[in-house]
Amino acid sequence: MSGYAVLVQPFVDFAFMRRALVAIVALAVGSAPIGCLLVLRRMSLLGDAISHALLPGAALGYLVAGFSLVAMSGGGFVAALVVALLSAAVTRTTTQREDASFAAFYLIALALGVLLISTRGSSVDLVRVLFGSILAVDDPALLMIATVASATLLALAWMYRPLVLECFDPAYLRAVGGGGPAVHVALLVLTVANLVAGFQALGTLMSVGLMILPAVAARFWASEVWSLGVAAGLIALLAGVGGLLLSYHRELPAGPSIVLVAGAIYVASIVAGRRGGLLARASRRRRWRGA
Amino acid sequence: MVAAAARGAAPPPPVALRVVASFSILADLARVVAGEDASVAALVGPDADVHVFEPTPADARRVRDADLLVVNGLHFEGWLDRLLEAAQYRGRLVVASDGIVPRRRGNAIDPHAWQDLRNTRRYVENLRAALSLAAPLKAADFARRAAAYEVALGELDARVRARLSAIPPTARRVITTHDAFGYLGAAYGIEFLALQGWSTDAEPNASDVARLIELARQARVRAIFVENISDPRLAQRISAEAGVPVAATLYSDALSRPGTEADTFLRMFEHNADALAAALGA
Repeated sequence: MSGYAVLVQPFVDFAFMRRALVAIVALAVGSAPIGCLLVLRRMSLLGDAISHALLPGAALGYLVAGFSLVAMSGGGFVAALVVALLSAAVTRTTTQREDASFAAFYLIALALGVLLISTRGSSVDLVRVLFGSILAVDDPALLMIATVASATLLALAWMYRPLVLECFDPAYLRAVGGGGPAVHVALLVLTVANLVAGFQALGTLMSVGLMILPAVAARFWASEVWSLGVAAGLIALLAGVGGLLLSYHRELPAGPSIVLVAGAIYVASIVAGRRGGLLARASRRRRWRGA
Repeated sequence: MVAAAARGAAPPPPVALRVVASFSILADLARVVAGEDASVAALVGPDADVHVFEPTPADARRVRDADLLVVNGLHFEGWLDRLLEAAQYRGRLVVASDGIVPRRRGNAIDPHAWQDLRNTRRYVENLRAALSLAAPLKAADFARRAAAYEVALGELDARVRARLSAIPPTARRVITTHDAFGYLGAAYGIEFLALQGWSTDAEPNASDVARLIELARQARVRAIFVENISDPRLAQRISAEAGVPVAATLYSDALSRPGTEADTFLRMFEHNADALAAALGA
């Protein structure tokens, strides 16, 4: 099979492949830079926690409005945001670190959500309805993730300096009156928005996977915050396209394939990455010892 | 004293046989055969998916208190063994599909045997035998109801066969969300293509989706059906891209809620047949 037939033809022939590609581009542009910031703040496990934290909101939405996707995802967004903001508040006002307070609140939220669902008495699997699949992205979902990605880019551009400062030296930011809490809240809102939109369009695995994996892999290639974001975006794009093509040519499920390709890139980065990869460190050590 | 005497005057009503069925279709069949001589409950209710069911402690309690447990078998209820252990169930168990020759693909078995009415007759017979063992005094009533139902099944089969045979041979291919209708397809000569296999917990892959869209585009598939238990989004995507409409909802592994169009097995089967015939131009 020619290169064109392998790499390009599937996208030319099928609209669902093109839509999946657009969704991946939106994730790469919006979520990957956010993922970098999360990794810098040692919040890499946030994504998975948020997928559980939105449960009580979704359950409440279901109890109020039945199987309305708007009510459930809106409720989920609010719940996840409340959890994120509460944990941020606790971090800022007590000695507790962010990951600890987040873990506590998301577990509370998850238990609350399970409780709410169970009291209804039916074995309705809410969560499956909330989480989509990359092969079935419909127009509203596509619009939603594209909007969120655009808004994220704009917000990041607008808040770039305070955001970076807040990650590395919040005391300095406070000293120069940079509105630390506002920036922190903004980052959390962006994160939750990207994740919830991603869950609904693409499911948890893909949404969290393409937010975090490219960001962690990018650390082996780039050193500035902006170049980290670009590297993560490129890796996310590569993983997305690679995984989709794998699913198409080798009959593998799409979501897991994409995340596994991202994982393979991560492993390759550990070995071959220019910044701190195993080979790079080995060659540096050889240079010092050699001479 | 007088009040207490008045209260204690009537003898307590006889305790009905407590039957618990694994899902709504079996519960309906059990209700028909048992009539008022048993109370029947289903673990997996209407419009719910048996493949991904997760039992709760309340379900374990219901099982423990049951006199007769009715299950499909053929590996349909993957959660059953653990539930039986958790509930410490030592009562009677009837596997409704006993004696049926299942469809196979390699080592795997298609569990949806009730979609072939000849198998359903077997289910009813197995139920009758089990109920008669559990309540021998009512055996005659069970036999009477089972016989009447088998006549109804026979009439249904004849009606459905007549309707579906009117479908032209080039139109006998449809897409459903999961592969639940293999037995029906084999019985009446319709090919069912599915997005997911025999269980609903697998993720679809791009190759299968592409293949189904191609088939639909070449007009070799006439209609796409979503089921009452599944997520319609992928089916809608395929429908939009291939230009083949999503026809009605088919009821596969669960009845619909009481008071709606497919709340008994007979009505469910009739509804499915009508929807197929209407979509395929019969």
